[in-house]
This record gives sequence, C-alpha cells and structure tokens, in this order.
Amino acid sequence: MLTCSRVTRTFGAVEALRDVSLAVAEGERVALLGHNGAGKSTLMKTILGLIPATSGEIRVAGAAPGDRAAREATAYLPENAAFHPALTGREQIALYLRLRGEPASKAGALLERVGLEQAADRRIGTYSKGMRQRVGLAQALIGRPRLMVLDEPTSGLDPVSRREFYAILADLARDGTAILLSSHALTEVEARTDRIAILSKGRLVANDTLANLRREAGLPIQIQVAARPDTVGDVARRLDGTRVNGVRVDLTCAHGEKLSRLGQIARLGGMIEDVEVIPPSLEDLYTHFSRRADQ
Amino acid sequence: MTRVMAGAGSEIRIAMRNRWVAIAVAMMALFALVLSAAGSAPTGQIGADKLSVTVASLTSLAVYLVPLLALLISFDAVAGEIERGTLPLILTYPVSRGEILAGKFLAHLAVLGIALLTGYGVAALAAFAFDPGAAAGMHALVRLLLSSLLLGAAFLGAGYAVSAVSRRPGAAAGAAIGLWLVFVVLYDLGLLAAVIADGGGPFTTRVFPWLLLANPADAFRLYNLAASEAAGAAAGVAGAAQTIPPALALSSLLVWAAGGFALALLAFRRVRP
Repeated sequence: MLTCSRVTRTFGAVEALRDVSLAVAEGERVALLGHNGAGKSTLMKTILGLIPATSGEIRVAGAAPGDRAAREATAYLPENAAFHPALTGREQIALYLRLRGEPASKAGALLERVGLEQAADRRIGTYSKGMRQRVGLAQALIGRPRLMVLDEPTSGLDPVSRREFYAILADLARDGTAILLSSHALTEVEARTDRIAILSKGRLVANDTLANLRREAGLPIQIQVAARPDTVGDVARRLDGTRVNGVRVDLTCAHGEKLSRLGQIARLGGMIEDVEVIPPSLEDLYTHFSRRADQ
Repeated sequence: MTRVMAGAGSEIRIAMRNRWVAIAVAMMALFALVLSAAGSAPTGQIGADKLSVTVASLTSLAVYLVPLLALLISFDAVAGEIERGTLPLILTYPVSRGEILAGKFLAHLAVLGIALLTGYGVAALAAFAFDPGAAAGMHALVRLLLSSLLLGAAFLGAGYAVSAVSRRPGAAAGAAIGLWLVFVVLYDLGLLAAVIADGGGPFTTRVFPWLLLANPADAFRLYNLAASEAAGAAAGVAGAAQTIPPALALSSLLVWAAGGFALALLAFRRVRP
C-alpha cells in the first residue's frame, strides 16, 4: 500500500531523511520510532505529499504522494490535531465528510465510535486535548482509508482511551488498512504493532518484527531471583549473581543461555521463592539500535 | 463544487460565531444612518432625487469602508490556519487549494453582501422616507451594490494574498492595514500632489486617468460617479470621471476582482505546511 524507496529530504544543509526505504503492506501496522528531530514527521509529511522528497520515490496506493488518488486513499492524524475552535465537533466532522464526498449525516456515528457523542454539539474550543485527539481520530476514520498515517496518535489520551484507540486500529488492520504510526510511548506499541521501524538522525536503523530485532540485537536477558533473608547469600554465591537487597539476586545472561540458567535456578528448589525473566525491553532495543547507528 | 460549498458553509458559520457578520452589518448600518441623517437637509438646488444623492454619499463611504471590511474578514484566512495548525490536515484531503480558497471567498463575499444590503437598505429607506420620488435613483443604488461587491472581492483576494505571504495573523493584520492605507488613502494623496505639481500638464490629461483606473478603489469611485446623475453632489474626482467611460472603470473592477483571487491562489500555492 505504501512504498518508500531511498527517500532523501534535505532542508538546506540539513539532511532530515537519508536513503529511507520502508514499505507498509495492507493490514500491516508499523510503528515508526525515533528521537525528536529524527525525521518521523518529515517522513510522514513526505508520504502525505505535504513536502516533496529531494530524491527517491514514494508510492501511495499506486500513486505519487499528494496526487488526488493518493489523498483519497490516505487518512492522516497530525500530531496535536487542531481544529477551528468556533465549530462544534459534529460540524467539523461534517465538513471533513463532505470534503471526502460523504454525507454529513455520518458525523454522529463517527463521533460515537471515538466516544465523543456527548460532546458532539459543543464547540471544539471547549474540548480537552484528549477530546481534540479523538476528533482527529474520527476524521481519520472517514471513508475506510487504505493507508493511515498517524503522528503520535495517543499523546493526550488516558490509558483507557489508548486501549480503545488500539482496538479501533486492530479492526481497521483486519479490514486491510495499512497503518503507519509514530509514538514515544514504546511500551504501548510493543504489543500492538506488527513491525518496528526506528529512525535515527534521518536514517532508518532498524525495520523488523520485535522478535527479530531482539534476536539481532542479542541484548542480555535479565533474571531476577527472589530468595529469603536466610538463603540470599547462598543463592547469590551458587548462581554467581549480584545480590541487590536482603532477598533478591539479579543475573544477566545471553539469549542462548537462558534455559540452562533457568535449570540451574530450578535446582535450588526451596531456597528460592520466585523467579522472573525480563527480556530486553523495546527501550533497550531502541537505545541499542540508535546508538549503533551513531558509531 | 460540493467541496467548495462545504468549505463555504463552514466559513460562514465561523464568521457568524466570530461576530464578523454582526460587526460588518453594524458598521455598515451605522455609517449609512449617519450619512442619511447628515444628508437629510433639503437638496432642491441640485435637482436630483434624494436616493441619487444618497448613493453619491454612500459611494464616498463605501470607498473607505468596503476595502476595510474585506481586509478585516480576509487577513486571517491562511495565516490563521497556519497558526492554529489546521492547514496540514486539510491539505491531505482530496481537495485542491483553489477549492479551499474558493470556499472561503464565497463565504466572505456573502458576509460582505449581507452587510452591504443592510447598510444600503437602511440608507435607501431613509431616502424614500424624505422623498417619494427617490425611486428614480434605484438603478444607481443597484449599481452601487454590485460594484461594491466587486470592490470587496478585489480586496478579499488581496487580503488572502497578504495572509498567505505573511503566514502569521499579526503580520497579516499589519500588512492588511498597510494595503488599505496605500490603496485607499496614500494613492489618492500621491496622485493629488502630482496633479497639483503638474499644473494641468500632460500628466494630468494623459497619465492621471489611467492611474485612477489602475487602483480598484478609484475605479469604483469613477464608475459610480460617472454613471450617477448626481455626480456634482460629490466633490473630488468628478472632473476626471467625465473623461473616463464608466465601462472602462467597471472593467478595471472586474480585472481586480479576478486578479485579486488569482494573486491569492498564487501566494497560497507557495505556502508549505
């Protein structure tokens, strides 16, 4: 649905994007991660045709970005979605519906889907940030988009709203919508996207599933063993781990050693109370890939 | 066209909520009332009907007020969208920049139209109240209304262009006021100074009429005064008005109305969100 091949965008001497190649297939959810200024918004705006690429090619639903066919296929949720404060939520969505050639009467159902039915006839000027973000999501749902580009879609949403938001995305993906979303909240994209792409200083430094990224990074796994006050010293010695406090011992091991280490721990039997295995988090992976690119 | 109308409907709503409609209507009505009151003295010696005299006074009023209103309504059009951050989203919709601008233009022209109808209507009613023969001036009033809309259209376009070039509402407001000063006040003052310095030479007879035509505000005044039977009731450019055919003045207004929009579109197309 979306293919970017070797996209470069320069602003004067600054290379905002360099040789970025990225594809999003139908029904696929791709999370775009990166520091502030890594080029996430620039890439999205290039895909939307708001700013032209300096070189490289982008195809959106078979058309060039910004073409009418591409715009008809694409929905966009900007970072900090803003609307005219004098219009009500219903009026604003009605305008967007009519701009996409749909009847304005669908506004009520869309606002209901994002949980704004109570506030539909209040002016957007009175909305909270989270409510404005929902208006943004409602307009992005108009007319079954084939590609969704979402810039920090969950900023300003509370945890419950975030879960509802990802449920809507899952529905869309099931129906074949390709979704590209950027986020700072790494833990929430971890379980809810199919692929992770990491931008660092304008370059794509990682682009794979979470499991593959973990394998590739080869970051150590952390094992936390909970012992008792009377056994903790013995446990630490036998496992060659670090005693953290009166009851806990921490170990780290490579991916391949995980099972043998766990076997070792299991043999301690009654000396321990509990054990917890912590795989490298997305934060760790993100730091790893961003740092590797710097070197 | 449905997209243009969707945009226009939304803009009219915004204009009503922002009190622009109320402000424009109140301003026009107030000034028209003041003019009618000031001109209610007997005018027997001119020999024109009351409404024609009113139209002549309204013309000199509209020359200042219509461009001002148009610029007030239009300066925020693009710069405001940029500042609020609403522009990038709308530009990802399958709607062209021309359609976006046309929607705003139609809505703002309608707002101007409502204000003008109210103001001129009030003045006409007052004229009819004092002079039963005022119907003779009816066609002059219609002419004034239509040419006022053209004048407003020209300055709406200029306002959008300024708005798109300035990119910030504050800067756009300043530039709009500058535009008004130049076109409506300074231009005439400059011409007046040149005519006096020239002392009836070739500038006054050859260049001056064309320079008047080149400014939409002057073209508007020329058109209405030249076509009016009560041209003598208004001082100023009446002399020049006699040397320029009204059709030419009207064409200048039409060119400015279309050119203003083209200029606005050109400036808007260069805005990168």
